Amino acid sequence: MTALLDIADVSKWFPAGAGPRAWARLKRRISGGVETLPKVYAVDDVSFAIGKGETVGLVGESGCGKSTLVRALTRLIDVSQGSVKLGTRELALKPARVFARDRDRARIQMVFQDAGESVNPRFTAFAAIADPLRRLRKLRGKALREKVETVASQCGLPLQLLSRFPHQLSGGQRARVGIARAIAVEPDLLVLDEPTAALDVSVQVVVLQLLQRLKREFGMSYLFVSHDLSVVRLLCDRVLVMYLGKIVESGPATEVFEHPLHPYTQALVAAVPRLHESGSKLRLTGEPRSPIDPDPNVCRFYGRCPHGTDACKLTMPALRAFSDRQVACHFAESFLKPARIAHEA
Amino acid sequence: MTAAPALSVEGLSVEFRTRSGVVRALENVSFRVAKGETVALVGESGSGKSVTAYAVMGILDPAGRVAAGRAMLGDLDLLSAKPKELARVRGRKIGMIFQNPRTALNPIRPVGRQIADVLIRHGNVSRHAAPAHAVEMLRAVGITDPARRAKAYPFEMSGGMCQRVMIAIALAAKPSLLIADEPTTGLDVTTQAVIMDLINDLAKELGMATIFITHDLALAGQRSARIIVMHAGHVVENAPTADLFVNPRHPYTAELIAATPDSAASLDELAAIPGSLPDLRRADLPACRYSERCPRKIAACAQPLPLAAPGTARFVACWNPLPEQTVDAPTVSAA
Repeated sequence: MTALLDIADVSKWFPAGAGPRAWARLKRRISGGVETLPKVYAVDDVSFAIGKGETVGLVGESGCGKSTLVRALTRLIDVSQGSVKLGTRELALKPARVFARDRDRARIQMVFQDAGESVNPRFTAFAAIADPLRRLRKLRGKALREKVETVASQCGLPLQLLSRFPHQLSGGQRARVGIARAIAVEPDLLVLDEPTAALDVSVQVVVLQLLQRLKREFGMSYLFVSHDLSVVRLLCDRVLVMYLGKIVESGPATEVFEHPLHPYTQALVAAVPRLHESGSKLRLTGEPRSPIDPDPNVCRFYGRCPHGTDACKLTMPALRAFSDRQVACHFAESFLKPARIAHEA
Repeated sequence: MTAAPALSVEGLSVEFRTRSGVVRALENVSFRVAKGETVALVGESGSGKSVTAYAVMGILDPAGRVAAGRAMLGDLDLLSAKPKELARVRGRKIGMIFQNPRTALNPIRPVGRQIADVLIRHGNVSRHAAPAHAVEMLRAVGITDPARRAKAYPFEMSGGMCQRVMIAIALAAKPSLLIADEPTTGLDVTTQAVIMDLINDLAKELGMATIFITHDLALAGQRSARIIVMHAGHVVENAPTADLFVNPRHPYTAELIAATPDSAASLDELAAIPGSLPDLRRADLPACRYSERCPRKIAACAQPLPLAAPGTARFVACWNPLPEQTVDAPTVSAA
């Protein structure tokens, strides 16, 4: 499978400290370099690829860098280091401002969390969907109207709602507007940032099924960011688990959720409420480590990990491959076996 | 339920006056919470879960009005009580955990002081001893380094920690009833599990009755003994948790279970619930507010809904409910 999007060793760090940019600028002027400032390692050395037509899930707790990673690879912000390749073309070197007018801008599109907040409140549904078509496809007049109407009906949005403003639409209808404006320019990769987080279960089902239908119809690839593991399990082929800026586990979605190998994934899976079984008692204690200038030799999960030993303080575990999965834990083998046996029993 | 209930809500109706008409947000809502029992209120947004809690607490929006009903906490009817009496009960006998701890906490007061305020007002703790007690409360809800954290402001803490502070405030005076309104919405699943453990453990320790409001059916099933399903301001089903999942009797409950992602092996198996909540401002609202979405609608549905017989373990507000399974039914999870 040729990769549609291939990102390698991507890092994004932000200057930490007093906050205002003026402060950073002042320090730089005094010391003559940005290196002396403490940095927040929001995304640290992340590599993965998304194949054509593949749906990849990205899960992790809030503050783990999911959104930063997504914004970096959709090129809404610049990466600090690393490469972002769309097909064969390297995008990481283009400043985000320049990329906004790039010919490949339309190929990566994004559906934001709550269309009620991410769509301009003074745009009607029509204007919201038409905006990317105007800017990126230069459509005008009748062609524009026709395209907007086609996309709206593909997304199951009744045409009489197109003249409404976001506040006049229900949650499900807003979600449809958000999806419609993203797929209007026919992207190859659609990045969905918790598209159903604000919706009730009854509406969530409809939106998820819509997404699956659109994927089959247009052959798009999805990167689906969510903290709802039961949704990720249903929609995604492959899943990436992120913890404090690093990918700690990846693999086929069903396998990762049935036999998680990384202790963090295990805790994550154990915490998901299930309809027909009582939850396991595996719980995470404490708060995550600080992302500001973390010690590069200590496992990021050390301190919260129920299996942590001294080895975890001495070397950072690298991602290692186990058949079709990757796990960043020194003790992944020890989880591999019991999990498999339990499954066979 | 032989013991006297901790809270008994009978025939509660709430209306909101708005510019575009009267919204009949709750109609004839009745349920009981036994001492030490955890009851979950579930339903879609707009089904009246929070309004029920707010009406019981007497903190409805000024546009809202309790049109009928009683809410008995022991001998006191919370709905007709004078503001002074209510003020003595709130915080002392009823604790409430609000949705979104960040906005519910006072942003310009250190969290230790906020807990101390409750202790002084409701907990029979002297002004002098309160700060130390507040630190103890923070330790009890599992905050590390509580003495330092007591001086922190809400913005300096993570969402999970703010929620722990809210729990400490709600439980400061050891109430006999706790109302938790979506206590974990917006928190990570890992934090959610820890917070729910904490609420469950403390409730057990204090012998508290808990009303747990959530839209997550799976979470409700895991954390409560009894589930009350609400739809458009009606209680449509009230059943022990295990029975509800194995044998849902109201069509809406069944649809809600079928729409929960956890229950399905693939996306195609999930069934969406057709239609949407009716507009509660309409003058011609049908007797059963679900009837316009209901696949099992019959002619009898136009009659007023059946009412709960007091003391029954199970209640369904439906004229044509799904059949009751008497034999030990195979569970859906067998696959």
